[in-house]
Amino acid sequence: MLTRNIIRSVLVIVVSTVIFGFAYPALMVGFAQAAFPSQADGSLLYHDGHVVGSALAAQDFTGPRYFHERPSATTPAYNAASTTFANFGPTSTELAQQVHQQAEAILKLEGPYNPGLTISDIPVDAVTTSGSGIDPDISPAYAQLQSRRVAAVRHLPLATVDELISKYTTGRSLGILGDPGVNVLELNLALDNPANSGVK
Amino acid sequence: MQFQDIGQIILFAVVVLVLAYPLGVYMAWVYTREKDDVVARGFFRVLGRGSAEEQDWKSYAKTVLIFSLIFFGLLYALLRLQGHLFLNPDHLPGVTWPIALNTAVSFMTNTNWQFYGGESTMSYLSQMSGLAVQNFVSAAVGMAVLAAVVRGISRRRAGTLGNFWRDLYRSLIYIMLPLSVIVAVILIWQGVPETFSGHVTALTLQGGHQSIARGPVASQISIKQLGTNGGGFYNSNSAVPFENPTGLSNFVEMLAIVLIPAAQVFMFGRMVRARKHAWMIYTAMFAMLAIGVAVSVSAEQQGSAVLQQSGVNIAATSTQSGGNMSDKEVRFGIADSALWAVTTTDTSNGSVNSGLDAYTPAGGAVPIVNMFTGEAIYGGVGTGLIGMFFYILIAVFVAGLMVGRTPEWLGKKIQAREMKLFVPTMILVLTAVAIATRAGEASIFNSGVHGFSETLYAYDSQANNNGSAFAGYGLTPFSSALGTIDMAFGRFVPMLAGLALGGSLAQKRTVPASAGTFRTDGATFVVLLIGVIVLTAGLMILPALTLGPVAEGLLH
Repeated sequence: MLTRNIIRSVLVIVVSTVIFGFAYPALMVGFAQAAFPSQADGSLLYHDGHVVGSALAAQDFTGPRYFHERPSATTPAYNAASTTFANFGPTSTELAQQVHQQAEAILKLEGPYNPGLTISDIPVDAVTTSGSGIDPDISPAYAQLQSRRVAAVRHLPLATVDELISKYTTGRSLGILGDPGVNVLELNLALDNPANSGVK
Repeated sequence: MQFQDIGQIILFAVVVLVLAYPLGVYMAWVYTREKDDVVARGFFRVLGRGSAEEQDWKSYAKTVLIFSLIFFGLLYALLRLQGHLFLNPDHLPGVTWPIALNTAVSFMTNTNWQFYGGESTMSYLSQMSGLAVQNFVSAAVGMAVLAAVVRGISRRRAGTLGNFWRDLYRSLIYIMLPLSVIVAVILIWQGVPETFSGHVTALTLQGGHQSIARGPVASQISIKQLGTNGGGFYNSNSAVPFENPTGLSNFVEMLAIVLIPAAQVFMFGRMVRARKHAWMIYTAMFAMLAIGVAVSVSAEQQGSAVLQQSGVNIAATSTQSGGNMSDKEVRFGIADSALWAVTTTDTSNGSVNSGLDAYTPAGGAVPIVNMFTGEAIYGGVGTGLIGMFFYILIAVFVAGLMVGRTPEWLGKKIQAREMKLFVPTMILVLTAVAIATRAGEASIFNSGVHGFSETLYAYDSQANNNGSAFAGYGLTPFSSALGTIDMAFGRFVPMLAGLALGGSLAQKRTVPASAGTFRTDGATFVVLLIGVIVLTAGLMILPALTLGPVAEGLLH
């Protein structure tokens, strides 16, 4: 009884491994590569023939010419090969410090372009780490806060920048599911594209 | 909060019901049809003579235990040896023993507690042939055991509950595989990677380098959600855009989390010919889910103490979701994050789309309580409904005492069972051990009362084979070993108790209902059932909640 069950268990595990461990993913990979090759490879974005990132991963933007991402808890920041939460509790002093420092930095960066800017104008997603550390989106509110700076530094009319923001805003799926977000990498890529730099 | 937020929660509840009912009918057919298909007949021939015979509960239970043990051993060996094996394009070394032990038990018990970051620890071979296979199989074991228990309840004067290999085969081939293909296709379309190529390095716009982890993600994510497994391909689980890129993918994954456990209630109703009773069970489950969602969503929308005091804008407007966005993703906002946190802990799934450690005290207390009920609110595939049966027995017993008659359930006389108290007691004991010892203290990440919540969450989650975490809680050999005990007993004690219950009920004859029989198909039963769950689980967890989330909420 015991040995027979052990033999049966091993047999079932071997067969399961062949079906669910190899055949199933192999078939799904085959299907994905044929039907949705771009998504299957990680929604990579290209520029001049080389990979500049993925539409599904934030990357580090520091200069004033670019829209900035949300803070990231990964090491180094925006590490798309080792994602993590910050794990600060809701009453933690580290969280308070991080929020405070981030808010100060934003006031310093955006203040000159937004006269009268106060901390209460900063949207909460701008000062909090995301769940993945590579959240590709910022809220439309945070994009609007940054648009004056980007327009001024790039000598673009504000309307052009705002137009690009709405172009790269992903609405709710089917009009109801999820929350709207602005894809920062796609937006910055569009800004770097010479076709968008001219005044219409 | 925007009207879309309420709208998508209601839409979710409706779609779950619309899909779960027909699936339940289908599953009842799968587990009761007499004939085996041609592949199954060949499969039984390979397994040897007598492999497809009916088993009594003890024989069924023994087969489950042996099968699980063998699977654990092979998985442990695979993880330790992955560095020497193939399909390892990123040249990851073998997994260290505390992680391998905890992980092997974790996947074998359908917990998927993860003391490691998937993308940086597990080779593709480990992810595919170890963890993904176990996602299918451990879920199917739970479904098979439930099918056996339900058969026991439905049979009269019978000695057997069915055959484990047959139930396992049917769970895998008729239910898990087709559903996971459907979900994987939707996820790939929405942007979840599915490739055998390794990391890709991007040259970023600012001239830096960014390594992007990819792999056969979609095929694993679909089954991790459907099988209430929850173990992610990436460390941040379904918060990572590569696991969960859009509002639609999020919706489909949440459906997948709750679909089979919800369908099993209707399957049970058909198999025991008590459809109204099943509806009442569903109603009780849904009511408790709805309360959890209401508390969690509103608490998260209000924001944490730190964010409220910081002065930043946490109001919900048309251009931001506001609220406690710490460790949450913009595309999910508050409503989808909190809704997920509730469904993943009502079922024993445990995948997350936001960091639970950062939840507000009230928002974080909901998952703790949900899990502490023994995941009976929908629950894990198979095991959840078995947990619910024990609550039903207590409810029926209490009702019997009140009307002064021998308690009956579905026409069978029953005795009281104290089984329901084993798992909650174990959680409290292990939490106490982890808090009181220096070795346990080493795992705590956040200081003060929140550190207590982290510990409580860890043993609550592992005992109930959930696998979600206040993820600051860290790996030590001590926490690995304690968690391993927690998961193994939390899995097999209720399972064996369930099979024993099925075995004992199968032998009984049914007595006709009379005027004095307590009706289990009306609103009174729903109220009584919820009351029993609140009184048994709620009262046991209350002191611990006071030390953790309640204290944290009051201190600030």
